[in-house]
Amino acid sequence: MSYESKIRDVIEGSDVALFMKGTPAFVMCGNSDRALQALRRAGAPVTAVDILPDPQIRQELSAISGWPTIPQVFVKGELLGGADIVEELERSGELEQTLREKLGDGYAERRDETTVAVA
Amino acid sequence: MSTDRLTQLLQSAFPDATELQVVDRTGGGDHFQVVVASASLHGLSLVEQHRRVYEALSEPLADGTIHELRIKTKGTA
Repeated sequence: MSYESKIRDVIEGSDVALFMKGTPAFVMCGNSDRALQALRRAGAPVTAVDILPDPQIRQELSAISGWPTIPQVFVKGELLGGADIVEELERSGELEQTLREKLGDGYAERRDETTVAVA
Repeated sequence: MSTDRLTQLLQSAFPDATELQVVDRTGGGDHFQVVVASASLHGLSLVEQHRRVYEALSEPLADGTIHELRIKTKGTA
């Protein structure tokens, strides 16, 4: 059983995809929480995927993205980075700028959190 | 893993680094914070800068020696 096509669907079909340990309602890792909180502060509409149900999810995600660690944040299909980058972009103001450029000015009005299971 | 070993790996990947720091955040040898400033990172996006660091540390990342890695990079002009 491969998760690759489901993972790709989430990456390509979501405004903002967050691959994390746990879910927004029950975060299982400090770094996933850092990324989630920064995205929340920026008003991002987040589609979250918990990678913990099967280690293979993480393996296949990293093979697709070329990024070895969790969390991973994608905006409109493009890797934005992990927790450090998302926080750094937030501090410099570039996070909101990127979200506005890619999602349109009114993106924060669509602020929403969805959790998607791939396993 | 010791911070010395990580520093060695980073030094060989970034021989021109003007700043190179490795901190063992918990003292347990598996949660690290690294800072790299290098001209070879200049002009790259943050994603690409962090990728270079991940590549330098790919072995300890792949074998699970590094549980958590915080990265701060600077591309110096």
